[in-house]
Amino acid sequence: MSDRLDPTAIRARVLDELARVVPELEPDTLPGNRPIRDELDVDSMDLLNFVIGLSKAFGLDIPEADYKRIATVDALVEYIDRRLR
Amino acid sequence: MQPFRMPKLGADMTEGRLLQWLKHPGDRVARGEVIALVETDKANVDVESFVDGVLSEVVVEPSDQWLPVGTTLAMISTSEHASAAPVQATAAPLQTTPTPQAVTTAPLAPPPAVEAAPAQLEAARLVISPAARHRAQSLGLDASRLRGSGPGGRVTLRDIDANLAAMQVAPSALTKQPAQSPSAAPPPTPALLPATDKRQRMRDAIAAAMTRSKREIPHYYLATSIDLGRALQWLAEVNAQRGVADRLIAGVLLIKAVALALRSVPELNGFFLDGRAQPSSEIHVGTAISLRGGGLVAPALLDTDRRSLSELMHDYQDLVQRARAGSLRSAEMMKPTITVTSLGDRGVDTVFGVIYPPQVALLGFGRPLDRPWIHDGQIVARPIVHATLSADHRASDGHRGGLLLDAIDHLLQEPDKL
Repeated sequence: MSDRLDPTAIRARVLDELARVVPELEPDTLPGNRPIRDELDVDSMDLLNFVIGLSKAFGLDIPEADYKRIATVDALVEYIDRRLR
Repeated sequence: MQPFRMPKLGADMTEGRLLQWLKHPGDRVARGEVIALVETDKANVDVESFVDGVLSEVVVEPSDQWLPVGTTLAMISTSEHASAAPVQATAAPLQTTPTPQAVTTAPLAPPPAVEAAPAQLEAARLVISPAARHRAQSLGLDASRLRGSGPGGRVTLRDIDANLAAMQVAPSALTKQPAQSPSAAPPPTPALLPATDKRQRMRDAIAAAMTRSKREIPHYYLATSIDLGRALQWLAEVNAQRGVADRLIAGVLLIKAVALALRSVPELNGFFLDGRAQPSSEIHVGTAISLRGGGLVAPALLDTDRRSLSELMHDYQDLVQRARAGSLRSAEMMKPTITVTSLGDRGVDTVFGVIYPPQVALLGFGRPLDRPWIHDGQIVARPIVHATLSADHRASDGHRGGLLLDAIDHLLQEPDKL
């Protein structure tokens, strides 16, 4: 990523990637502070595909050890924002 | 000349819709090549040819109509040698089905009139010389119903050749299917079913298969607790070395462990058909994949025991994606020899599975959860998973089932060897 993305742009992109694994996603109704896996019935395969999508979209390698820090959309946006700095 | 029929893509399929021809009259078709797209209650399935030949005639055009399993869809002319040879009246009717040793890409047989295994099984008592087996395989023939002329009824190369003509002719029972009128004007490409209809059809299909299972199969159930500490530790170490696209998930380790364990307890891998257990020498683990919006499919990861973990992971990712997109291949639907269902992602501790007929066993895994465990003489917290086996008592007994669970446990204690 050459130009810095602001948190709003990061969130929009995160939700785009999430919609790829959860096609019925309605972003407006997804609480940002609730665990994504519980809210959207995401299994481990979906999660991996989501992380693969995020890695490509943001040009980041997201290690498995960080998964627990990115359980909600809010936490994920913050995490990506920090990693991109 | 061989009829290409509406295949039976699983125990719960009775009819399908022909959506599209991918080959046209005059086109050469190779064994295993996709020639048609068929809609079932569970997915749109790429259907492969079971012979080498030329698509000589299209009997049915794509339409909205649901056609019974066994309906002749097209005719394929095979080698001149075969089509010119007379039918030998004395030969037992044979199915041109690949034998269990067929390779991964083994194409599918036309569905027999009576229900057959997703993959035709080698009869347990079949005695056949390796050369004859190889010949039969390379011809895509099922030699299991041949009476051999060798010692003890052994099927020899000569028997295969002598019966070649008969074997390549479909059993008479199969040729009596009413053909669709070829003169009818081909309707435009059929529209896909509305989502609600599809959901209902899938519910109906699951209902039929599970009702049959509970009605016919005397299930027995076994459970064991497996320490996944080593496996998950190993997985974390391996994944830390890999880019995100190459990472493994724990489910793949479980599936591979099941596949390898089945080698030592073969009676739990295969089918119960025609009143007897028919173990399969190939291991194709069906993986239960839940679909968003409800329903599930359990297509096979082909040759599960022979694939590396990385290959299996790749196959599994692809399979889940295609299952959820409703696009599967006929081999994946027809070949599962056992089913594995992992409900741990849904927070379930223990699965009490219902066998998918005509299979004879189902393995269930719950959620790995840290529990108190005695490890090296100390009480420690270890990630424990409940593994359960539902098995068909007509095909195996509890002792053998217990050996399978034990073998899975042992394999998971040495994850680097999976």
